Amino acid sequence: MNSDTKKVITDPLFNNNPIALQILGVCSALAVTSKLAPSLVMCLALTSVLACSNVVVSVIRNHIPSSIRIIVQMIIISSLVIIVDQLLKAFLFEISKQLSVFVGLIITNCIVLGRAEAYAMKNSPGMSFLDGIGNGLGYSLILILVGSIRELFGSGSLLEYPIFPLVTDGGWFTPIGLMLVPPGAFFIVGFLIWGLRTWKVEQVENPEYQIRHVHRLEDA
Amino acid sequence: MKGLRRLMDRLNPLFAKGGKYEKYYTVFEMIDGFFYSLPDVNQKAPHVRDGSDLKRVMMFVVVGLIPCIFMGMYNTGLQANAAMASMGIESAAGWRGGVLDGLGIGYDPANIWACTWHGFLYFFPIYIVSVGVAGIWEVVFAAVRNHEINEGALVTTMLFALIVPATTPLWQVALGISFGIVLGKEVFGGTGKNFLNPALTGRAFLYFSFPAEHSGDAVWTAVDGFSGATALSLAAEGGVSAIQEGGTTWMQSFFGTIQGSLGETSAFACLLGAIFIVYTGVASWRIIAGVFIGVIATSTLFNMIGSETNSMFAVPWYWHMVIGGLAFGMIFMATDPVSAAMTDAGRWIFGILIGLMTVLIRVSNPAFPEGIMLAILFANIFAPLIDYAVVQVHIAKRSRHLARQSN
Repeated sequence: MNSDTKKVITDPLFNNNPIALQILGVCSALAVTSKLAPSLVMCLALTSVLACSNVVVSVIRNHIPSSIRIIVQMIIISSLVIIVDQLLKAFLFEISKQLSVFVGLIITNCIVLGRAEAYAMKNSPGMSFLDGIGNGLGYSLILILVGSIRELFGSGSLLEYPIFPLVTDGGWFTPIGLMLVPPGAFFIVGFLIWGLRTWKVEQVENPEYQIRHVHRLEDA
Repeated sequence: MKGLRRLMDRLNPLFAKGGKYEKYYTVFEMIDGFFYSLPDVNQKAPHVRDGSDLKRVMMFVVVGLIPCIFMGMYNTGLQANAAMASMGIESAAGWRGGVLDGLGIGYDPANIWACTWHGFLYFFPIYIVSVGVAGIWEVVFAAVRNHEINEGALVTTMLFALIVPATTPLWQVALGISFGIVLGKEVFGGTGKNFLNPALTGRAFLYFSFPAEHSGDAVWTAVDGFSGATALSLAAEGGVSAIQEGGTTWMQSFFGTIQGSLGETSAFACLLGAIFIVYTGVASWRIIAGVFIGVIATSTLFNMIGSETNSMFAVPWYWHMVIGGLAFGMIFMATDPVSAAMTDAGRWIFGILIGLMTVLIRVSNPAFPEGIMLAILFANIFAPLIDYAVVQVHIAKRSRHLARQSN
């Protein structure tokens, strides 16, 4: 694998994460992550839609009139989402009920349309496919982390398998209710971004304005 | 004391810039500042009209809280002792019982000292845990960010200890205050840069994380197995008449001998504190008056609309004032100078918004019996916007004025 291909797949994981740096697709990251299992299914659904839509858009990219390109992209994406939605309803009915409208809302997920517009319209189908997989993995990374933390501290289990014995069952762990509501996910995503930007300082945005810092040791 | 001063002076070079323990200067400075006032004060004419600094402002709030602290301890003990008397329990459970028995204090609900001591044994551990945990976070952030440790956390922890239920487990106290201090304040840059009230942020965390113990539809009397309903949930079921049938008069609610969180039940104690902090200029009377107007207007509106099914509609404003945490929140939380609106006109709007939201949540939201906490956090978020609007309106008015003059 040459360095360009590798970069396309690995960059969206940490250096250019769609959720943590571009702050796209946050809506579904908050809504479906109260348990790990639906988060995993959501990751799978989004990654497959993203990869396929990138390929299809890239194949016909030279035939799409520029003035109606967004409409064409939307038609492709929505057809793929309908397929995924029907598959989930057929084979994973319980989880598709938990995901409710959020599978359908992949159509409006900014990551999918964003990659189609920003990458697939300008690159070959093969690279677009890898770009779709890479961004899907970046999205999945955050969703799986958030889903694991929320299920572990909100219900004391992982994939429904009990990890912390609950107080109600005679154990010691009191579930933290905040983790089960979407604002809890908001805090976790915030913490992840904080951690990521502490690690990769170049991701920190320039402040809009600077309150003058008075550092005690510098002033003295 | 001279010896201590000499010791501090001898240690100073170790911690000063270039010294061996330079990193820990903040800790040294905190201890030094605790015992002595700092030597580096302004001598020549600084353009300050008052000697009031952050330390004094924060101390004034703590002084203003003293009535609430004593009233809260007394009431916590009173509720516990009264419940024990009615249930025929001889001695409190656990170590508190050991202390009270050992000192021979007893459990007489009519004895003010017995009640205060019993309440003290609940208040003190909660307070110590919140001060300890908040102190650790303050030191960590001060050391990392290289700024000084200030007194903001002192008020936050005191407020926090007064608004949690007496029965809160101590680990939840530690978790709540950590959330409040770190996410409510330090991540935004520390005291003065927080846009939310840190104590309320911590309380909101407990409220949503452990709703069974904190949401306030059951009482928090510190006796195992005692159950009952708070004044607010009684009012939700049957209006004022249900509270009165439960044996609580308006005067009792006013003086605070009712069920509730540790230090927030007594509107009277809050009023004493309010007089002090408004007189010393720490709190803005405009905000307090704004909340007052908001509560009166909104509850009167609901009184007039009326409802067949929701008896909260009929609760008059003077009952709203004395039940739940409204008085405490209005006086000590809404007036937090950092997170409230900064302009005078903005303060009126800010206060009215809080009053309106509080009654709205209490009356029309079945999930949350109390509304003041969410109302204040809500208004905190809007405070910068309110200020912005006030300033813009003012600028527009002035420029119109200027245009007229130059014509």
